Amino acid sequence: MLVGALAGFLGTFYTHHVGLGFLIGMAASGVFSLIMGFITITLKRDQVITGIILNILALGLTSFVYRALFGTSRTPPSIKPLTPLKVPILGDIPYIGTILFHQNLLVYLAFLLVPVSAWILFKTQFGLNLRAVGEHPRAADTLGVPVERMRYIAVILGGIFSGLGGCFLTLAQLNRFTDNITAGRGFIAIAAVIFGKWNPYGVALATLLFGIADGLQLRLQALGTKLPYQFLLMLPYILTIVALVGIVGKSKPPAALAVPYQKDN
Amino acid sequence: MKKPVEKNTEKNRKVQEWRRGRSFLFLYSPLLSFFLAILLAFLLSSLLISWIGASPLLAFKALILGAFGSLNGFTETLVKATPLMLTGLGLCVAFRSKVWNIGAEGQIHLGALATTLMGVYLPHFPSFISLTLTGLASFFAGGFWAAIPGWLKIRWGVNEIITTLMMNYIAILGINYAVHVPLKEPGGFLPQSALIQPSVELPILVERTRLHAGILLGIAGAGVLHILLARTTLGYQIQVVGLNPDAGRCSGIPVGKIILIAMVLSGGFAGLAGMGEIAGVHHRLLENFSPGYGYTAIVVALLADLKPLAVILVSILFAALIVGADTMQRVAGVPNSLVLIIESLIVLFVLGSRALSYVRHPLFFVKDNGQRTTEGKLRIS
Repeated sequence: MLVGALAGFLGTFYTHHVGLGFLIGMAASGVFSLIMGFITITLKRDQVITGIILNILALGLTSFVYRALFGTSRTPPSIKPLTPLKVPILGDIPYIGTILFHQNLLVYLAFLLVPVSAWILFKTQFGLNLRAVGEHPRAADTLGVPVERMRYIAVILGGIFSGLGGCFLTLAQLNRFTDNITAGRGFIAIAAVIFGKWNPYGVALATLLFGIADGLQLRLQALGTKLPYQFLLMLPYILTIVALVGIVGKSKPPAALAVPYQKDN
Repeated sequence: MKKPVEKNTEKNRKVQEWRRGRSFLFLYSPLLSFFLAILLAFLLSSLLISWIGASPLLAFKALILGAFGSLNGFTETLVKATPLMLTGLGLCVAFRSKVWNIGAEGQIHLGALATTLMGVYLPHFPSFISLTLTGLASFFAGGFWAAIPGWLKIRWGVNEIITTLMMNYIAILGINYAVHVPLKEPGGFLPQSALIQPSVELPILVERTRLHAGILLGIAGAGVLHILLARTTLGYQIQVVGLNPDAGRCSGIPVGKIILIAMVLSGGFAGLAGMGEIAGVHHRLLENFSPGYGYTAIVVALLADLKPLAVILVSILFAALIVGADTMQRVAGVPNSLVLIIESLIVLFVLGSRALSYVRHPLFFVKDNGQRTTEGKLRIS
């Protein structure tokens, strides 16, 4: 996500084109996730350790590259962000129209991707293979599903989508990059996957919930409540923990999650 | 999978032995692979340095001279090593039981908060008593912060990686609030607490430097944890829980309790690190007093192979990188975030070389789908 955020920002900054920026951001984080794939799938190292270390690497790499290119100037460089897109007719509905149909392209895309990814996961051969590799790799292997290749595809797709998420922060929301701009959002997203019971529709609902918490927190700050702003900022993090406790026992991860697959010789 | 027939040549014999894990390859030696990893990490980062137009040689010279070139530099390295050492030690315990405590940063903050509260509000006692009380308070404050995710994990099976990370942000925001409002120095303008009383300050070891007694605490802690892990029943149980919780449960180990103990121990040591920063270095609570020590300590513990005694050396090495990087930034204009890159690259290369050398170590020993036997022994997984 961090890598995507920076690469997307740089891409847009230098090409002056937001679309190209998105592509570059997605490609960069896809390549970065390839490292994750190589170490955990080919070398079969522990996925948790590799993930933690790659997060630290991304943190260092992005802030290094950003410093190297822009120095530590007082006025951070910014780019022209993705503009909100009004949907004709629907956008004219008072109130609801402004909320739902005055968003930027990526917001629509995100919501469109929910049924699309659900369809791919649950209705296509590819999705079935993908889930089989996660549930019972040995059985999948027996039936001729290339386990390692499927896992590579999954990791890279995950990376590309995270990169898109990172791009959203720099290209659509904040127009600039700062160190650790994601502030744990990648991990909140993992929590959303668990909370959404490993199902795209559930995940969409879960992320909406987190979005509401974040929006509420911003709005309360703007309204100037008595509550110190630090406590408002804590809200999404506390909600994540509460959500994880609430879903206990009802969310079952794929059986072979985080288990490297070793072919028998 | 069908393999081509292998001739019984010397080379093939070696290859076979390597496959069986009794490697003659030099990579087998953990120490050598460690140094190779460092070398590779530096080589790769020198590419980055030359990419931004600086000279890698100049940069690395500045890095080494900054860290070890003067008494001031060297003691500063030890000052920075202290929180890394204490936190890394605690993480050794947690990671040995495969409890992924990513929340050391928050636990450090809680320890620092406890120290500040003691330092500001504790009635005046002789220094020895004050410091003991403060140490206990910091240990339990950090331990408490770690116990929450630990408890959520054993009670409801909530993933501790996510909860500990979330707890970091909560703790940091809480400290931020504390120094802005309730603990703010009366009459002061900056967001920082009042100075702690001298009886809670850790003694300075070398005149005119910042080197404080925290480092001794770290070295002593390494000894204690080494004995705990290698010689005691609790240490044994912690490791069994990490390797195979089911086997542990079957042989009567209270797995949940052990996980909680491991969590509290690791949080406690992080709390002590927080105490070292406040009672030894800053003498008051401020925002951003920790430049991510809790995260770097994760790398330290992993690289030290979760061995407490090795943590002493690795933490000094990493502290040298941090101190040297500041000099490097000043002299050669290379951003000091390069350190994070070097650190994580070292671990990645060590991970990679372990894959090649097939060393069976509890940490890098991952579950296999089949119960493959090697050299007649059943792999526990």
